[in-house]
Amino acid sequence: MKATRSMVLVSSDPESLDLGALEVFNTLQKQIAAFGLEEEITLSMISDVSKKTQNPLVLVYPEAIIYGAVTPDDVPHIVEEHLYKGRIVEEKQISAYDLTGRIAWLSARKGTLPAENRIVLKNVGVIDPESIDEYIINQGYEALGKALKEMTPEETISIIKNSGLRGRGGAGFPTGLKWQFVSATKGNKKYVICNADESEPGTFKDRLVLEGDPHAIIEAMSLAAYAVGADEGFVYIRGEYGLAISRMAKAIQQAREYGLLGESIFGTDFSFDIHIHVGAGAYICGEETALIESIEGNRGEPRSRPPYPTTAGLWQKPTVVNNVETLANIPAIIRNGADWYKSIGTPSSPGTKVYTILGNVNVTGLIEVPMGITLREVISIYAKGMKNGASLKLAQTGGSSGSIIPASLQDTPMDFDSFSKAGVSLGSGALLIGDENVCAVDLAKVLLNFFREESCGKCNPCRIGNHRAYETLVNISEGIGSMKDLDDLQMLSHQLYELSNCGLGQTAGSPLYDILAHFRAEVEAHVKLKVCPTGVCPMSGHREYQII
Amino acid sequence: MKVAVNEGHDVRNFVRTLVMEKGYEKAELIPFLHEINGEFGYISDIAIQELSDRMNIPTSHIYSVATFYRMLSTEPRGRHVIQFCESAPCHVAGGRLVWQKLQEVLGLKNGETNEDEKWSLLTTSCLGVCGVGPVLVIDHDIYGNVTPEQIPDILSHYE
Repeated sequence: MKATRSMVLVSSDPESLDLGALEVFNTLQKQIAAFGLEEEITLSMISDVSKKTQNPLVLVYPEAIIYGAVTPDDVPHIVEEHLYKGRIVEEKQISAYDLTGRIAWLSARKGTLPAENRIVLKNVGVIDPESIDEYIINQGYEALGKALKEMTPEETISIIKNSGLRGRGGAGFPTGLKWQFVSATKGNKKYVICNADESEPGTFKDRLVLEGDPHAIIEAMSLAAYAVGADEGFVYIRGEYGLAISRMAKAIQQAREYGLLGESIFGTDFSFDIHIHVGAGAYICGEETALIESIEGNRGEPRSRPPYPTTAGLWQKPTVVNNVETLANIPAIIRNGADWYKSIGTPSSPGTKVYTILGNVNVTGLIEVPMGITLREVISIYAKGMKNGASLKLAQTGGSSGSIIPASLQDTPMDFDSFSKAGVSLGSGALLIGDENVCAVDLAKVLLNFFREESCGKCNPCRIGNHRAYETLVNISEGIGSMKDLDDLQMLSHQLYELSNCGLGQTAGSPLYDILAHFRAEVEAHVKLKVCPTGVCPMSGHREYQII
Repeated sequence: MKVAVNEGHDVRNFVRTLVMEKGYEKAELIPFLHEINGEFGYISDIAIQELSDRMNIPTSHIYSVATFYRMLSTEPRGRHVIQFCESAPCHVAGGRLVWQKLQEVLGLKNGETNEDEKWSLLTTSCLGVCGVGPVLVIDHDIYGNVTPEQIPDILSHYE
């Protein structure tokens, strides 16, 4: 995709095709050429969108204008007025109401694009994070009061269960179910842990919540504690996040002063307090059992599971471990109810997702949008296109432990189920966009170097497998790889997945699998032709041509 | 490793004060190591021995924890510690060339400290400021959108 001024999409579902979508497309192509706009406008057919009536549709981004029941005769007028002169052709414009398909969940929900739907980041950048009063004025601690005064712990759990909220740390486990497990485990002592050890490369959503809205985390952890019967909580923040640590400490202090943490909260017999544990720099501590080990004063080495933390967690007590973004959804769900939450996002993955946009695009940063938006939309609308007019070659979704996907998957809706069907990981929501100057081998090499460094070393498949894979990739990048190396990488990727003890090793092989599945020709060029097509890899080990 | 007599004394006192104020539960170990590392720049053998005595934890355990975490060091470091983010987002945004330049200008490789103990050069994984990659951190100062050409200028600000 070029960094063009506009993107025009023509619906090509069976009904639209029946009604002449192809002719509309061809006429658009001719007319755009007639006005000399080919360089500025991308035109594509898109099978993934339709409406009950008024097909075929023509969608113009970034304005997100939808034209309905378009005929070839309408096209010259639309091209001249809208694309050439920039005036919307109102008589053909239709509302986004009942728009189905995945291309435009946003337009379907909100009627306009681009619009963000902020739940997690509602207060971030809006209120003073160091003032508990500002949080309270913005409905803060209302959910906690409501739960403590009007709801039983069971009712609290069932609202979260019914909302369909799934963990935003990467795995997507239903949050309500996790709470239910802990609630059902007998024990006189239970813990709630907020996992704020956000170390997934390319992800900084949790940092913004911690820095911008720390009271939301305190309120959510209190709700979790009430629901499962815990009286003590820990926020595990990575040591690199200095500002987040100091803001959270201040927020906890304020909450204690206001009686929102401590004994008899809201005059009930519910008591709860929170401590901060500062991490010391280890990616693996984002894995929940490694995190627990770390709080206990040990090396961050994941435990064997089962038992899961829900039955034997911190100091072997039943423990809820939730990610920051997951928790930030909780107060809003308790306030507004499960049905409200389910109305956002896709049916199987309700709610919003916070994405971090990075790489070779014009605008990098953070967005919160309903689940189900596509990569094409993210790039064209929020990232304002590719940098320097380059083309999209690949994207890495979900941080290092995510997937490398080729441009052909950019219309897959980003929600847990659609992505897992496509064999892609949504992970932490990091979207690293790469143009044609990014070398697939080089990228995989950087990722494997990361896993090699961060492997805790407890289990052999991960400790040795990552090292071996990295060495093999280095050889390939230096032009001294062999075709057998490719088979080895394939096998390593499989073994890492099957044999590793925890999520780190299990996902470490996915970059290997992905580059062989999607960019095999490029990898083979490194081996057979001793050439890096993008000119990134050093190829210095190519001894035949080395001058001594 | 040479340790001045006074320094050894300071470390011991520092550890004793920590344990006296906060107790000797094992869960305090990592917070204590943080404090020691922050105060002295690294965790010396003397500090580990003193912690072991005061907290009743084997030195082997303390050493294994101190060497596990990236932010803790058991070796003395230079006056200024440069951490360069080597994760994929910074790499894709041009980090590779910045890293080359950094090594070239300093004459150091990853993990090395130069002879006059001014600089230590380390790579680090993601620092969570990927929106402005490539990123490097010198002591507590974060530099974003770094280009190779800026390196000499950035370094010149440190004595």
